Amino acid sequence: MARRNNLAGWVLVSPVVVGLLVFTLYPFLASLALSFCEYDLFPPPRGVGAWNYETMFTRDPLVWKSLTNVLYYTALAVPLGIVMGVGLALLLDAKIKGLAVYRTLFFLPSIVPVVATSVLWIWLLNPQIGLVNTLLRLVGIEGPTWLASVAWSKPSLVFMGVWGVGGSMLIYLAGLKDIPASLYEAAVVDGANAWQRVRYVTLPMLTPVIFFNLVMGMIGAFQYFTQAYVMTQGGPLDSTRFYALHLFFEAFQYLKMGYASAMAWVLFIIVVGVTALLFRSQHRWVHYGR
Amino acid sequence: MKHPWYIRLAIHAALVALALPFCMPLVWMVGTSLKEDAQIFPKEVVTTVPEFLSQWWPNPFRWANYPEALRYVPFPIYLRNTLMLCAVNVAAAVASSALAAYAFAKLEWRGRSILFAVVIATIILPGEVRMIPTFALYRWLGWYGTYLPLIVPAFFGNAFFIFLLRQFFRTIPDDLCDAARIDGCSEWGILWRVVLPLSKPALATCGLFQLLGTWNDFNGPLLYLNDQTKYTLAYGLQQFLGAYGGEWSKLMAAATVFTVPIIVLFFLAQKTFIQGISTTGMKG
Repeated sequence: MARRNNLAGWVLVSPVVVGLLVFTLYPFLASLALSFCEYDLFPPPRGVGAWNYETMFTRDPLVWKSLTNVLYYTALAVPLGIVMGVGLALLLDAKIKGLAVYRTLFFLPSIVPVVATSVLWIWLLNPQIGLVNTLLRLVGIEGPTWLASVAWSKPSLVFMGVWGVGGSMLIYLAGLKDIPASLYEAAVVDGANAWQRVRYVTLPMLTPVIFFNLVMGMIGAFQYFTQAYVMTQGGPLDSTRFYALHLFFEAFQYLKMGYASAMAWVLFIIVVGVTALLFRSQHRWVHYGR
Repeated sequence: MKHPWYIRLAIHAALVALALPFCMPLVWMVGTSLKEDAQIFPKEVVTTVPEFLSQWWPNPFRWANYPEALRYVPFPIYLRNTLMLCAVNVAAAVASSALAAYAFAKLEWRGRSILFAVVIATIILPGEVRMIPTFALYRWLGWYGTYLPLIVPAFFGNAFFIFLLRQFFRTIPDDLCDAARIDGCSEWGILWRVVLPLSKPALATCGLFQLLGTWNDFNGPLLYLNDQTKYTLAYGLQQFLGAYGGEWSKLMAAATVFTVPIIVLFFLAQKTFIQGISTTGMKG
């Protein structure tokens, strides 16, 4: 039994408490207050009531544009990431030679720094001489202009996201290794074929890990920023102006700090809402083995 | 249970087919960084496989792209800045998180569970909510344009590291700590002489994650650095892209120089990487 020691406990966590107060609680509440103000960093903030929120919902079409963009990205990238991550992990769970080599090949792209990935993909997706369109031409297809095309700019970013799926693949692989062999043996005794074992043993047992990746992936996708900032700056025609990018431009290009704070709070409420919905959906599909 | 040969062959075929799109971009990056412009910008559109294969391999190898890329922008300075930030952040974040994780895992004190729940809840808080008041605060403190906004927060613990280290510390038997207490060891002594030496893998994982985070960080330098001599590699590469957009061989050389240390680190610390990332998915 650990010893009761109030003083030592609080002394050891005191940096964390200070950090929570100064770097989390204060900015958290201050941004709520700022969301009801006009503020451009210089004069003191000036209260404007709900004006910023009214602007978001009635006067700024780019808010809706950026919100639909981020929903589009999330709805494609998160499920695709799960399917690819689980699929690769299932293949790597087979008993064959050379698994470590394959695992490394799939994993490496996920540790390439995001700015390097972005620069590399601008080059890969170059419409005239990039690798992707060059390969497509070999099979007689003239590829789209990717990042320069309103229709293909978001799918381009989704493909780039799937390229970095190696990290979650490792998490799924660890989840697969945790499934007790006795379950598979029991399934074999019951006459289950390979597909049935995946469908009725592996996938249900993996749902807690899928759930974790779904929640974290969704939270991350809603804040999608760096790649769009580096690669497209929101273009063409605002097709990659994601919510966090719009927020950043409003705050730091136009110094509309109050307005950006209101946008941040709406994002916060959306993220909390979706997270809560996912947690409530858990009992329908997530199996916690006991 | 070993699969029959045709199943194994099919799995290998699927893995090879899937591995190609994962590794070709990196090969293309390094390849481009060693090509002459004449090879990067072919006079005629490449439409046949032999043309493509002749274009695939750098011919001749133009190593001069590297020194030239490093002259376009002061990469040695950016590298020094980045390494300095990495060193400070790794030490500060691991130390402050380990102290808190010890208190959460091995001590009993009033308010422990509530505070832990609050710390974990901050993980889902979008950074945008904190961004603007924090930016105003740093400006008011006179920290804009300095490294302080990129360093100071690390001294106050990282929620994710606290969670990982707490999980690990809890696997260390309390009997071990109690024995040290009976021998007259202080809490500090128990942490330093018993818990930390047994927790090297978990500490290495946190250090590695912080190192990657700082090495890759783009938003911090974007918000707070305004003087070119202070830029980091991540920010410097983005600035390079803005200034020399079409110079693909130099850009790819710069991207390679920025990426290779991380790849080398992966091969040196493969076990820490794989175990660390695997444990992030475990149930709480």
